[in-house]
Order: sequence, then structure tokens, then C-alpha cells
Amino acid sequence: MNKISNRQVINDVLMENAKEDSDITVLCSDSRGSASLSSFASSFPKQFVETGIAEQNIISIAAGLASCGKKSYVASPACFLSTRSMEQAKVDVAYSNTNVKLIGISGGVSYGALGMTHHSANDIATMSSIPNMRVYIPSDRFQTRYLFEGLLKDNQPAYIRVGRNPVEDVYTEGNVPFEFDKATVVHEGTDLAIIACGEMVKPAKDAAEKLEEQGIKARVLDMYCVKPIDKAAIEAAAKDTKAIITIEEHTYIGGLGAMVSQIVSATEPKKVINMALPDSPVVTGNSQEVFDYYELNANGIIKVALELMKHVK
Amino acid sequence: MENLKALSFELRKDIIDMIYKAKTGHIGGDFSVLDILITLYYKHLNISPETAEDPNRDRFILSKGHSVEALYSVLAKKGFFPKSDLETYSQFKSKYIGHPNNKINGIEMNSGSLGHGLSVCVGMALAAKMNGATYRVYTVMGDGELAEGSVWEGAMAGGHYKLDNLTAIVDRNRLQISGTTEEVMTQDNLDERFQSFGWNVIHANGNNIDALDEAFQIAKATKEKPTVIIADTTKGYGVSFIENSAPWHHKIPSQEEYQKAITELEQRRLAANE
Repeated sequence: MNKISNRQVINDVLMENAKEDSDITVLCSDSRGSASLSSFASSFPKQFVETGIAEQNIISIAAGLASCGKKSYVASPACFLSTRSMEQAKVDVAYSNTNVKLIGISGGVSYGALGMTHHSANDIATMSSIPNMRVYIPSDRFQTRYLFEGLLKDNQPAYIRVGRNPVEDVYTEGNVPFEFDKATVVHEGTDLAIIACGEMVKPAKDAAEKLEEQGIKARVLDMYCVKPIDKAAIEAAAKDTKAIITIEEHTYIGGLGAMVSQIVSATEPKKVINMALPDSPVVTGNSQEVFDYYELNANGIIKVALELMKHVK
Repeated sequence: MENLKALSFELRKDIIDMIYKAKTGHIGGDFSVLDILITLYYKHLNISPETAEDPNRDRFILSKGHSVEALYSVLAKKGFFPKSDLETYSQFKSKYIGHPNNKINGIEMNSGSLGHGLSVCVGMALAAKMNGATYRVYTVMGDGELAEGSVWEGAMAGGHYKLDNLTAIVDRNRLQISGTTEEVMTQDNLDERFQSFGWNVIHANGNNIDALDEAFQIAKATKEKPTVIIADTTKGYGVSFIENSAPWHHKIPSQEEYQKAITELEQRRLAANE
């Protein structure tokens, strides 16, 4: 089992690049520990800004820094960054088009037992709804590295969500198919498509492998680029397969499933089932317990897939 | 030396022209803040159309973005864009919209939602400190704006980081849409508030260019802490019937009112020139 969290990878990539690029600036809101950025803060004190627990302030300060040539990386819990300071993200980052990357840490239900205050089951909906804001949710540590190496090369706003705990690898060292803003095909198939992002990609891959044993071939898309979403990959999946399942660590309102459904209904209408969290505070538990309770796991996907395949030709 | 007092009445005519033609705008706040903008752009900011991209240019953010017509009038006069551009103000497809946006030459950041400018300026001032740059950072906030909690997050950070390259100006005109600031949300203990966050506080007559100039000099000379200038202004300053009247926050003049205002402003401009 992998022990390296995605947030740790972000710290590593930023540290590797900060040596050569003094404009890389990390901002935390009393969140350097929970963001795994303590080593960045101690190694690059002149490239680190602490704002205290002030999410509105942290984003505006990051935008001010960026307008003066800095490359601002803000790391703060996703639950606060995506809602409490949403207006600063809208005005100072997206509208002013500043080079600010908003890293929502401990995203989704990572803080399972802490209650809805600490969940960000609606961050895709809020952040995607902002014009000129991109949204990325990488699946594993390997993809997180590629994603951040890509983000370091551009100067546009983005929101990136990562979970708190290390997650099982989807890819392997040296074999990480990655193209910026293109979904990655994790498993090939033409019976149905499973479109997932973040921590749901691994269960989707596991489900596809088990379904194959039962003679059902599923195409699994890792849609880490939630916005701009890879429309072509979705249209191809709708054309090539008989039905689509989407799965995400987010409510079914305004998330990945909603976006996929919108595209499929307008281009290649096929049945789409959205697997997601409910429109209510979620059950208490660690994130795996929460996923299992709502059947957001490989078995849940298999169950939905088998039922779905009965009804499609 | 240009007669800045006369210029202030000339620009007030430009502002009322813009608003009268477009049938939209915020006359009251434009007229209270204008002398602050003139003092900044004519006496302090090292910004010109030629230095608009210079990394060491001073930075200015109009946090009370609804006073954009006042900023437009100054930027046009300083040559950032032709004054004739302002005929498109608020018209279909114009980039001269009702709040500042950075597609316009001379405007750094988009504003319009209150309570953002100070925090953005903290970032700009921090960037200067990090880079060892000498530019200064300025923002103007409204007094009604100070009810936004985010202002105080910015004030806290400005004091914490001892940003002596940062100057905030409060356009203290004591009126907002619903009435006086003291009726809506008390702002009368600003000195104590800013001082408690580690700021140097200066008062100045905000419709007097010489007084403002002196306040900015003091701010520049102050070390180890940011400065806030509480600029006591008159909302609607320059036109007697617009002054100190809450409805003129965003009232559009009738033809008669427009003529009356232009006449009074022209008289005052001529008097200032004498």
C-alpha cells in the first residue's frame, strides 16, 4: 500500500522547482502542517507567506503577489477555500486572471468524522461555476506530480483538490500516461464507460478488472481535468459504449456526473448513471467508511454496472 | 505647476458628463474621492502611460470600485487612454464598465466587490519586500466599505508584516446608500481600530490637495508600519445641491440638474484659476 499522499507530492514538486524559481510562493492559513508544506516553509522562508486563519485574506494576498509577478500556490482546507473565500477566488483570481493556484487540501470527505463544516462535497460545483477557473482532481501520487509540473508552466488560475490520506496507486512508476487537460484511459472497453475523478478512479479501475472477468468490458476514464473537461473523450465514450457510469467524491449536484450528463445528452445520448454522495450531511466515519456506506467503491460500481447492462442493448 | 484645484473642478465636469450621458454611475463618491486621486496621480504615484508595465511602478487599487468614473477621468487626463474613449462608458461592448477592470491601461486589478483591495495591496506590498523593490502600494476604501470583515483581515496582515510601503486611504464621507455611516454601522472609532492592528493613523481634509499631499509625505516617511489616512471628505463635493445628500450616492441628474451642476463647477473652476 502506497504511503505517500498527494499533498506530500505537491510539497516535493514545489520544493524541487522553488530552488530554481524564486517567484514560486506558497501561502498557508495556519495550514502548513495539514498541507504537508512545513518542509517548504522551513526550506524557503522567503518564498512562504503565512496569513493566519483568514481564507479571504489569503486569496486576495495571493492575487496581489501574483499581479507583481509571483507564482502563488495557496494551500488551505478545501472546505474553506472553495466556499468561504469563493468571492475572492471569483474576483481577485478568476476575474483579474492572476497566476494563483488554489490547492484545496483534505478535500471531499477526508475529514470524515469532523462533520459537514469540514467536508467539501460541493467544491466542484462552486469552483467550476466561476468563469475562468479551472478545476483539477488528481487520482494518485504519480498523476499529482505530472499535474503540478504542468501547472507550474502556466500562469492561469486553477483550483486543485487533493485528499488527506495516501491513496492506492492507479499508475505505476515510469508508466503514467498523462496529457494536460486530456482524460487518461485507465482501462479499455466498449460495453460501458466509467468516468471517475480523484479517489474514485482506483475503485473504477478495480471494478473494470472484475467486470472483465464476467465478460463486460468497461472503458475507465480518469477525468482529473474536471474543468476544462475532456469533452472529446466523453463524446467518444458515449459513441463507443452502451452506457456510462460516473463516480465522484462529491454530491450529484453540479459535479463531474452532472457535467458528463450534460455533454452526453447534447451529443451522443446514452443512459448515464451518476454515482455520488447524497444531498445531505454524510454519515460519520473515515473516508473509506463513508465511501462504503454509499457504495462508492468497486463493488458498488459492479452492482450498478450489472444492473445497467441488463437494460441496454 | 498645473492648478490642481482648478483641474479637480474640470474633472468633475467630465465625470458628471459621463454619468449624465450613460444614465448610470456614482456621483457622490466620485466627487468625494476625486481630490485623493488627483493628489496621488499628480504628486505621488510614479505611474504614467510610459511606465504602466514597469515592475517598479507604484501600485494603486481603487477598492471602492464604484467610484470608477473619477478614476477614468484622471487616467484619461494623464493620457492612459483618449478621453473620447469615455463616450463609450457603460455602453454595449465597452470595456469602460461601471467598476475598474484590468483590461484598461492603467488599472492593475479588477475591483467592485468591496473589501478586497486592502488584502490585494498587502500581497503587492509583500511582493515588493520579497523582491527588495522600492515601489509603494496605495488603496482607497470607502467608509461604508469598512463594514466588510475582510478589510480587517487585510489590516491585520498589513500590521503583522509591518508594511511601511503600504498606504490605505479611507474616503470618510460619512454617507452610504441607506443613510449616514453612523446610522448604518458605526465607523467613528477608526483611529483605535487601525492603531490596534499596528497602523499609523493620519487625518487629513480629503478635499484639500495640499493637506492630502502632506499626509502622503508623512506616510512615506513612516517606517515599520503601514499608514492609513482618514480623509475627511464631503460626499458630492463641488456641487452644492449634491453635497452631503445620501440619494446622490447614485442618483442620475435631470437635464436641469445637469446644467446647474455644470454651471456651478465651471464657476468654481474659474475661481480656482484666479
